[in-house]
Amino acid sequence: MVGGMKPLAENEKKSGDTAQTDRRASGDVLLDGKSLTKRFGEILANDRVDLRINKGEIHALLGENGAGKSTLVKMFYGALEPDAGEIIWQGKPVQIDNPAAARALGIGMVFQHFSLFEALTVVENIALALPEPGNMKALAKRIESISSEYGLPLNPQDIVADLPVGIRQRIEIVRCLLQEPALIIMDEPTSVLTPQEADRLFKTLERLASEGCAVLYISHRLEEVKRICHHATILRHGKVVGECDPSKETPSSLANMMVGSEVIGVSHSGKAPELGPARLRVADLSAPARNPFATTLNDLNLAVHAGEVVAIAGVAGNGQGELFDALSGEVRVTPEMIYIDGQACGAKSINWRRQQNAAFVPEERLGHGAVPGMTLTNNIVLTRHGTNDGLVSAGFVSEGQSGELEQKVKTHFDVRMSHDNPEARSLSGGNLQKFVVGRELDRKPGVLVVNQPTWGVDAGAAALIRQSLIDLARSGSAVLVISQDLDEIFEIADRIAVISRGFLSEAEAASGMTRERVGLLMAGSAERSQGNDRKAV
Amino acid sequence: MFEAVLLTVITAATPLLIAAIGELVVERSGVLNLGVEGMMIMGAVVGFAVANQTGSGTLGVLAAIVAGMGMALIFGFLVLSLVTNQVATGLALTILGLGVSGMIGEAYIGVPGLRLPELYIPVLSELPLIGPVFFQQDAVVYLGFALVALVAFVLFRTRTGLILRAVGDNHGSAHALGYSVIKVRYLAVLFGGGCAGLAGAYMSLAYTPQWVENMTAGRGWIALALVVFASWLPFRVIAGAYLFGAVTVLTFHAQAQGIGVPSQLLSSLPYIATIAVLVLISANRRLTLVNTPACLGKPFVPDR
Repeated sequence: MVGGMKPLAENEKKSGDTAQTDRRASGDVLLDGKSLTKRFGEILANDRVDLRINKGEIHALLGENGAGKSTLVKMFYGALEPDAGEIIWQGKPVQIDNPAAARALGIGMVFQHFSLFEALTVVENIALALPEPGNMKALAKRIESISSEYGLPLNPQDIVADLPVGIRQRIEIVRCLLQEPALIIMDEPTSVLTPQEADRLFKTLERLASEGCAVLYISHRLEEVKRICHHATILRHGKVVGECDPSKETPSSLANMMVGSEVIGVSHSGKAPELGPARLRVADLSAPARNPFATTLNDLNLAVHAGEVVAIAGVAGNGQGELFDALSGEVRVTPEMIYIDGQACGAKSINWRRQQNAAFVPEERLGHGAVPGMTLTNNIVLTRHGTNDGLVSAGFVSEGQSGELEQKVKTHFDVRMSHDNPEARSLSGGNLQKFVVGRELDRKPGVLVVNQPTWGVDAGAAALIRQSLIDLARSGSAVLVISQDLDEIFEIADRIAVISRGFLSEAEAASGMTRERVGLLMAGSAERSQGNDRKAV
Repeated sequence: MFEAVLLTVITAATPLLIAAIGELVVERSGVLNLGVEGMMIMGAVVGFAVANQTGSGTLGVLAAIVAGMGMALIFGFLVLSLVTNQVATGLALTILGLGVSGMIGEAYIGVPGLRLPELYIPVLSELPLIGPVFFQQDAVVYLGFALVALVAFVLFRTRTGLILRAVGDNHGSAHALGYSVIKVRYLAVLFGGGCAGLAGAYMSLAYTPQWVENMTAGRGWIALALVVFASWLPFRVIAGAYLFGAVTVLTFHAQAQGIGVPSQLLSSLPYIATIAVLVLISANRRLTLVNTPACLGKPFVPDR
C-alpha cells in the first residue's frame, strides 16, 4: 500500500483543471469508491480505483476491453467482492454482499449481455428482480404505465424469446426503474440499438438525471459519451488514468486517454476503388428460419466485386448469422442463390468453397472460429486441411508448416500469448479474434466474408485488422464485412447494405450514406419496398 | 376383464407418474439427474425392508422417501457442490443404487410382502366399475395425482415456481439477480429424490408386494423419457405415464391371450414407443424450446 498515492497523484496532474470546471452536478456525492482492488489470479483487474459519482449525474466509465470496467461495476452491483478498498454510499460505508443488497440500496444495473430469462414473460422477468412483486396483474399494470411514461412501451405478457434486442433492453431498464433506483449502471447500452433507438434511450437517461437519478454509463462509443455524459473516468490496465468533462474533449482525445498513445486512423484512398468482376454474388437468397428464434432470409441480393469492401450493417439478430451460415456453406441452399467467382455454389460444401479460395470468419470466435481445447497450430490445420496448403500430406499433419504459419500470424497481428502455441481458449477474446482473422487473411483469399471483425478488440488492433481488410480488397479480393459497429462500417466500407429482419437493402456507395439513413434502414424502412417488389414480380 | 385391465394400468402408471413428476422439477431447475432408476430401486428395497420390519406400510413409504432423498443428496453434493459431470454422476448413481439395493435386499428375497391398504368409502367404492377404479385405490395413487397438480400450481402460479424456472432457464442471470442457484437446485434435486423413492416404494409395496432384485426394471429410464415426452409440462406427465402404463399392461395381456408375437418384442414395446414419441415431440421445435430448461445439464460455478 506504500505506492498507494502514486496513481492518485498522476490523476491530479492529468485531469488538471478540467475536473474542477466541468458541468458536474453540485457536489452531492452519491457513491464514492475508494481504492478498490480486485485480483483474479495473476491479473490485477482493478488496482486501487477511485470513482466518485454525484447525484443526478451521467458519469461515463471509459476504457478498452480488459481495462477493468466490468470488474469495477460488478463490485458496485454486489456480483464481485473487492479484495481491498471501500464503497461509501450516501455518506456511509457499505458492504455490498450480493446484487439483492445492491438493489436494496438503490443500485440498479442494465447488463450488456442481458440478464433476462428467455422462456419467461416480460412481467415474470421483472417480478424476479423485485423483492416484493405483489400481485402479478397489478405488476403488469404498473409495468405498462411506467414503461409508456418513460417512452419505452412494453407488453407485459410477451415472452422474451420472441422479442428483438431493443425491446429486451427496455425490459431491463423498466425493471430498474420499478425499483426506484438512485443509481443505474448501464453496460454498453447502445451496442444493440439503432441510432434512433439510442436517441430515445438518451432522452430517457436525461430525464432520469434531471429527476436526480445518477447513471454510470459504460460505453466505447465516444461520440455518445461526449454528447450525454457530464463527467468521465478513464481506466487503463485496471487503474484510473484520468478524469474529464467529455463535452470539452474530442472523441480522439478521449480515445488517446483510453489507449495511452495516439490511435492511428485507417488510411483509405478516399475515392472509390477500381472494380473488377463480381467475385461473390448473392441472388434471391431465401432460407427458412431453422428454429423459432432464428430469422428467415427473404430474397437477398448482393454483389461484391474484386477490389471493394462491402459492409452489411444491422442490429444483432436480424439475419446476419443466417446469412453468414449460407455464405460459408454451414447451411446449404439452392445452388443458384450464391456464386463464388461465377460458379453457382449454394449447395456446395464448406471445403469446396474454401478450395475456391474463399475464406470465412464467424462471429463467435471460441467454439466456432476456433476449437477451444486445441492448440493454435491445430486450429490452423483445421481450416486448411481441405485446401491442400501443404499442412497435411498423406494424412499426416505437418507440425513444422503449421507452426511456421502460427508464428507468422502471431507476429503480423501481434497476437499476445503467455507461452508458445497455447490452446485457443487460453487467449483473451481480443487476441483470439486477431488470431482468427489473421489466420484467414494469411491465405490471401479471393473472397473473404467476415462477421464482426473487430468485436472485442482494442482500438490499436482494430485499426490493424481494418487496414488489412482494406488492403486485401485493394489487392483484388472481394471483402464482405458484417458488422454492428457503424463507426467501423463507415471507416472501411466502399458500399453499405443494411439487413433488417431478414431483408437486405440495396448496397449503396458509402460516400452517399449518412448515419441517419443507415439508422432508418436498420429500423426496417427498406423492408416494405422490397416486399412490394416481390409482389410485383 | 376391462375393469381388471384398467386397474392394472393404474398400478403400472403410478410409479412412472411419481418418478417423472419429481424428475420434471429437477430438470426445470436445470439439473439432469440420470440416477432416477438408482433412487427408485433404493426406495423399493428400503420401503420393503422397513414395512417388513415394522409391519407398517406408511413407515415403509416414509423410509423409501428418505432413502430416495439420501441418494439425491449424494448426487446433489457431487454435481452441485463439487461440480462433477451430471451425466456421468447420474449414471454412477443408478449403478450404485442397483448394487446397494441388491445387497440390502438379499435377506428379503422370497419374503412375503405387505400391500398398502386400499381406500374404502361406503357406497362410492361399491359402485360398479367407477367404484374400483376411482374409489378403491391405495393412497399413493391419489397422492400421485395430487403431486402433479401441486407441481403444476407451484411452477406456474407461485413465486417459488417462478424462481425455479428462472434458475433452470438462465442460471447466470438468476445468480446476478441474487438468487441462490445452488440452494434452489439442491431443493429440487431432493424433491426429485423423494419422488423417486416414493415411486420405488410403490413398486415393492403395491405393484408387486415383494422384493426382487432389479425389480424397477428400467422404469426410472422411462420416467426420464416421460419428462421430455411431456415437454416439461406437468399435466402431460399424466398422459404419458398412463400411455406407457397401458402399453406395459397390454404386453402382459397379449402374452396371456397367447397372441403369436414373441414376448421379447412385446416387452420392448414401451421403449420403442418412447423413442417414437421423442421423435414426434422434437418435431414441434417451438414448444420444446420455450419449455426446455435452457440450462439443463450445464454446471454452474458462481464467479465470486
